[in-house]
Amino acid sequence: MTPGGREPRDAPAREIILDVRDLTVEFRAEDGWLRAVDGVSFAVRQGEIVGLVGESGAGKSLTSEAILGLIRCPPGRITGEVYFRGRDLLALGESALAEIRGKDIAMIFQNPTASLNPVFRIGDQILEAMALHLREPRRTLRGRVVEILTRVGIPSAAARARDYPHQFSGGMAQRVMIGIGMSCVPSLLIADEPTTALDVTIQAQILALIRRLAREMGVAVLLVSHDLGIISQMCHRVLVMYAGRIVEEAPIATIFGSPTHPYTRGLMACLPGLDGRGRLEVIAGTMPGLTAIPPGCRFHPRCPLAEARCAAEEPKLRPAGAGTTHLAACHLVGA
Amino acid sequence: MRTVDAGGLILPSPGPGPEAGMPGAVSVASARAGIGRWWRRFARSRGAVFGLTVFLAMVALAALADVVAPHDPLAQGVGPPLEGPSRAHWAGTDSFGRDILSRIIHGARIALLVGILSVLMSLVVGVTLGLIAGYYGGVLDALVMRVMDGLFAFPVIFLAIATMAIMGFGVTNVIVAVAVGFVPPFARVTRGDVLAVKEEPYIEAARLAGVRNLTIIFRHVLPNVLAPIIVQGALYVSGAILTEAGLSFLGLGPPPPTPVWGSMIAEGRNFIVMAPHVSTIPGIALTLTVVGLNLFGDGLRDTLDPRLRR
Repeated sequence: MTPGGREPRDAPAREIILDVRDLTVEFRAEDGWLRAVDGVSFAVRQGEIVGLVGESGAGKSLTSEAILGLIRCPPGRITGEVYFRGRDLLALGESALAEIRGKDIAMIFQNPTASLNPVFRIGDQILEAMALHLREPRRTLRGRVVEILTRVGIPSAAARARDYPHQFSGGMAQRVMIGIGMSCVPSLLIADEPTTALDVTIQAQILALIRRLAREMGVAVLLVSHDLGIISQMCHRVLVMYAGRIVEEAPIATIFGSPTHPYTRGLMACLPGLDGRGRLEVIAGTMPGLTAIPPGCRFHPRCPLAEARCAAEEPKLRPAGAGTTHLAACHLVGA
Repeated sequence: MRTVDAGGLILPSPGPGPEAGMPGAVSVASARAGIGRWWRRFARSRGAVFGLTVFLAMVALAALADVVAPHDPLAQGVGPPLEGPSRAHWAGTDSFGRDILSRIIHGARIALLVGILSVLMSLVVGVTLGLIAGYYGGVLDALVMRVMDGLFAFPVIFLAIATMAIMGFGVTNVIVAVAVGFVPPFARVTRGDVLAVKEEPYIEAARLAGVRNLTIIFRHVLPNVLAPIIVQGALYVSGAILTEAGLSFLGLGPPPPTPVWGSMIAEGRNFIVMAPHVSTIPGIALTLTVVGLNLFGDGLRDTLDPRLRR
């Protein structure tokens, strides 16, 4: 990947764009509520790229969907607060949310080809996204369509604007989705596994594109991924999720340099090194399902270091030592 | 639907670009090529081509009825009554000495008018109901679809008779009466497809872009469910024509002396032994039309409906 990505460091203290406090997402089950996201809190600042990692089912996607009010309630139930530039999104009505979605908060998904409506030309879809939120004459906006396509790196943009989604490869379609997302210059971009469906080479290009646009436009990015490699390339800060909770939060250098939570350390050990030496580690067991969340620390049944109190008492997310930006939820860390 | 080129912004590409070799790079001609491909598939079926020919002939006859018909369809005594087909009157004459061929040609006008307009009307109503029921789901869905199921329980002709009984005679009323019975199938088919389409990521993406529900329904969902609906509409035109013929056969159609196939067949019943042509020739016209439209509709379905594409 580009060398530019190899310098992730703490973002300077800028305006807090997104402030999630004690977010909980539950779903109605036959007997009571299943808690899929449990008391998640974090903040994203302007221009910052924050990674949200975890295994499938850890609640990463639900967290991002809850932020945008995309979870149907019922059967869902969401509590907590999601402040977006000072406004609590969870308290807003559907029409107020519709105004924010796409304009101030954009989202891109895992499956870019399916995210484009098959019956409309690419150019029209970009145009519509802009016409929805920008009070400008269509004629002016039309001119910008080609500009956007060029900016996200689509060759012969003018001709390609007349193509239909099925004529685009996955990588090209994701570029279009990013173009649509960025067309109204949002303050937050939520990227949910944006490159999972793409080839590795394309993946690098798409990530570089997201990073470049985020820097140019000062957009905050919440990058959801299960891929630590991507996270290490892209992010300033990382949140590690396990079974619905954030278990560790740290600046990128810290988390890769000195991970403290046993789960994070386990994840790192699972990464194959390029030198091809050494055995790959695995974390024994699987993540517990929502119906069988263990008492105490959720990770203790799989944790090689578990002690008696890990099974009894749930650890809180607290500073891991002197560095205040590094938080971990583990009894054995810090204090 | 808007097109990008309407604003004159996007010019046709000057020639093969650098990526012309890539799959999917050729695009400008693809819509036209698509129609050509469709026609080649369509033309493979002889029945479909025959159906299309009959349909086009019907449309031509109906449009040019005043010019093509040899006689005034209402004029009595243009020939001896109940005379069989002859050189002067190709389809013979009826009991009032009216020229049957002229009446059939003018009758085609009403048959097509009722057939197409009533299907369009039920399509608009049914598709709207199906879209709303399928998209919103829940109580609204249950309510709309149970009413549709209720209507479904009755034969189309029964609903048409009931509607005519309430509203009275007249061509407009016939159109409405026939349309009522065709609303439920349109609603049902639409709803089914909407249930599938609304889960597609691009609908979610539209929601995320801040598009409002009604706009999503009509702008994003509708075009994606339209193909099977159009095919179904084409197939129902023949059913609507048949229903209209049934109504007028029962004396519930446009009042006499309007030339309508159904009432022409009904009138001939009294002379079926003495002058069988009075009933049978309009009957043949009706059969030919219905068979032709069905074949055409089948051809459309086989070539357009993605679910049947091999």
